[in-house]
Amino acid sequence: MRLLRHPLGLISALLLAAVVLAVLLAPVLSPQPPGLSSLRLAFEGPAAGHPLGFDSAGRDILARLLYGGRNTLGGAVIALAVALVLGVPSGLLAGYYGGWFDSAASWVVNLVMALPAMVVLLASRAILGSTVWVLMVVLGFLVAPSFFRLVRGIVANVRRELYVDAAKVSGLSDTRIVSRHILIVVRAPIIIQVALVAGIAISLQAGLEFLGIGSGDSPTWGAMLNEAFKNIQRAPLLMLWPGLALGLTSGALVLLAAALRDVLEDRATAPSASRTAPDARATSKPAAVEAGERAHLLSVRDLAVAYPGTGEVVRGVDLDVRAGEIVGLVGESGSGKTQTAFSILGILPEKGRVSRGSISIEGQEIVGLPERAHRALRGTLVAYVPQEPMSNLDPAFTIGSQLVEPIRYKLGLRRAEATRRALDLLRLVEITDPRRTFDSYPHEISGGMAQRVLIAGAMSCEPKLLIADEPTTALDVRVQAEVLGLLRRLQRDNDLGVLLVTHNLGVVADLCDRVAVMREGRIVERGTAEQVLSTPRDPYTRELLSAVLPLEVN
Amino acid sequence: MLSFILRRIAAGVALLFVISLLSYTLLSIPHIDVGRQLLGHGAAQDLVDAKNAALGLDRPALVQYLDWLGAAVRGDFGTSWFTSENVLRAIANRLPVTLSLMIGVTLVTAVLSFLLGVWAGVRRGAVDRFVQVFAVLGYALPGFLVTLVIVLVFAVRLNWFPAIGYMGPSQSFTGWLSTVTLPVISLSIGSIAGVAQQVRGSVIDVMRQDYVRTLRARGLPPWRIVFVHVVRNASAPALAVLGMQFVGLLGGAVLVEQIFGLPGVGSMTVTYTTRGDVPIIMALVMFTVIGVILINLVVDILIGWLNPKARIA
Repeated sequence: MRLLRHPLGLISALLLAAVVLAVLLAPVLSPQPPGLSSLRLAFEGPAAGHPLGFDSAGRDILARLLYGGRNTLGGAVIALAVALVLGVPSGLLAGYYGGWFDSAASWVVNLVMALPAMVVLLASRAILGSTVWVLMVVLGFLVAPSFFRLVRGIVANVRRELYVDAAKVSGLSDTRIVSRHILIVVRAPIIIQVALVAGIAISLQAGLEFLGIGSGDSPTWGAMLNEAFKNIQRAPLLMLWPGLALGLTSGALVLLAAALRDVLEDRATAPSASRTAPDARATSKPAAVEAGERAHLLSVRDLAVAYPGTGEVVRGVDLDVRAGEIVGLVGESGSGKTQTAFSILGILPEKGRVSRGSISIEGQEIVGLPERAHRALRGTLVAYVPQEPMSNLDPAFTIGSQLVEPIRYKLGLRRAEATRRALDLLRLVEITDPRRTFDSYPHEISGGMAQRVLIAGAMSCEPKLLIADEPTTALDVRVQAEVLGLLRRLQRDNDLGVLLVTHNLGVVADLCDRVAVMREGRIVERGTAEQVLSTPRDPYTRELLSAVLPLEVN
Repeated sequence: MLSFILRRIAAGVALLFVISLLSYTLLSIPHIDVGRQLLGHGAAQDLVDAKNAALGLDRPALVQYLDWLGAAVRGDFGTSWFTSENVLRAIANRLPVTLSLMIGVTLVTAVLSFLLGVWAGVRRGAVDRFVQVFAVLGYALPGFLVTLVIVLVFAVRLNWFPAIGYMGPSQSFTGWLSTVTLPVISLSIGSIAGVAQQVRGSVIDVMRQDYVRTLRARGLPPWRIVFVHVVRNASAPALAVLGMQFVGLLGGAVLVEQIFGLPGVGSMTVTYTTRGDVPIIMALVMFTVIGVILINLVVDILIGWLNPKARIA
């Protein structure tokens, strides 16, 4: 069991086992029957054979604690059993078949969840009498929805998975599919939920008993707390033992649930090993266009980006972009091209960092530049056009406010001026009805439109260098051509330098003046676009080309 | 928007109707001889019958229900069987106590859990671990147990606050403050734990979104990104949890009012339900459900306002 290696889980499990064992052995461990009282001994402290002392009626606390645990834990078991019997099968049915049963059951579940458990339990006591066991059945009804929702959600997801379809096609009966494929998936979450719900059931039940709504004189932890509370001024320590028993038990259940979750569910998300190949292949630097003189606008030398645990994902990259030229950075996913782009912008993910090398923009070194100074360059000197248009707009704000915000902040314009400028920008990126787009939310516009908006955002503070990360990958072919045309026009009109990150050699052929090919964190080939595309020197570039343009190359 | 609210209200009314029918049916099952209970064992049978007839209890359950429903729709919830109090007035007398608890707890929870959650989600590290431990403890320990410990420490040992009793804010504001402080703290701990945990989770989620990176690339400062964009996007799921906590609070209020001896709706629930006072129980159930429906409606409207995608025309 992996749980044994989880310290918190192990402690909780041992504690719970000890509690259950002690409670089961109550008749053996108790020094005297729990109901036996002798007023002479009321509030007496520990004595020989009575390690915890006596309560307000002179009854032995240890005995009441042990027998009380029987009632408290037994009640929780009943509630759990009812909840499981009701919640799990109905959740399976609703999730697997959907349809009217799903709608009806979900309606009932929402109804039950709208009811405050404590109030319902109190009301049902008026109806059903004061037997704790009956109330625990009611509690089972009240917590059953949590199992229903859990199981229904998981099953409905799995139902859509391909392997269930495959099993169906291959002629397995529904019962077989459910027992072979689906029960396995819901098992772990149900176990976790059981621990959680048990904790809740114990708390609620103890709460009821604390209110004096238990079954008369049989001892329970809640009733003991109630009795202690009545004597809080005289003997506050009476609360200690039942409080400890209750707190430790329900606490251990929740911690156990947390530990189980760690053990059962985090297996899938264990960190994956590095994708980059080892450092062994120290290739000689490719024919250096940029070896000597550094370009003024953007110049990258010997750049390395490292992540803790993964190591370097970019190693020794040299790159130059001059004003008025488009440089393509080509490679497959995972080659490090996006990491290179992010380090130029200073927006590497939390743990990534530039571990070596130099990046200069307009002659200013930005490696080691304080974040505040670097931030001042973003938007006004260097701007970013992202890959996935829809996920790069904040869904909670209108297009207009997202354009206006950086303009006001970076250029210090007033709202009216910034709005006018934003509308001009939308016109600049060839949006036909700027006012309407300005007032729209991101989910109300198309992907192509969103990409235009993002380009407008990038252009908003008149940058000199544009970093475009796969700006057309997520768009359909016709829109791709339009967006590329737009980028080219903007670049020419404003004499921009553009670093175009892409895996699409067609885009490179269309747009780029020069190109660098990246593989496994290094640049393997560079040159003018024409040169690289027509007479590639590196075998990897040839491979890339033959994958895209088999006829032309062969 | 308006049609959305109207539809939700209609669904709420239907729910109220179903629950009222269900509760009334269940409450008629045990057939308590109310007249006998009121007049005592020694009373003559014809007096008991007359008492039952006066309360309308000699009629079939369905007739009684329709009678109740007809009056309730007009806002008349009748009088208590055992104290002859007007039900609405009895509840209205006690509502301010419970409402001041609820509002206090909701405010404290909203402010503190957002601060803690955002702080933990953005900074991570030690703050994050503290919030995590606090969340697990707040969730793991039964609320009333925590309350008992709070009473023991702050009221009994340190004597900073009165252990029991209530003072209206119109009587004495400081008196009111001193009587509700401990109850509000007791109730808040559990809900802060739940909501802060949710805020932390959604803040971490939102921080990983592409648009946050793009905002950074636009050169906006981090505080602005966090407080304008991240908080707004993270608050929708947090509000949903806050709404759910509110339903739980109604139950928690029962225990807390009982412990602190507050004359609120919660302690009223305990007294009257154990006696089987049907008019009061029915009214309490109805008001609770109305409260839950209203809270859910408000939460949904707020979520729609925060997240335009969830807005329903």
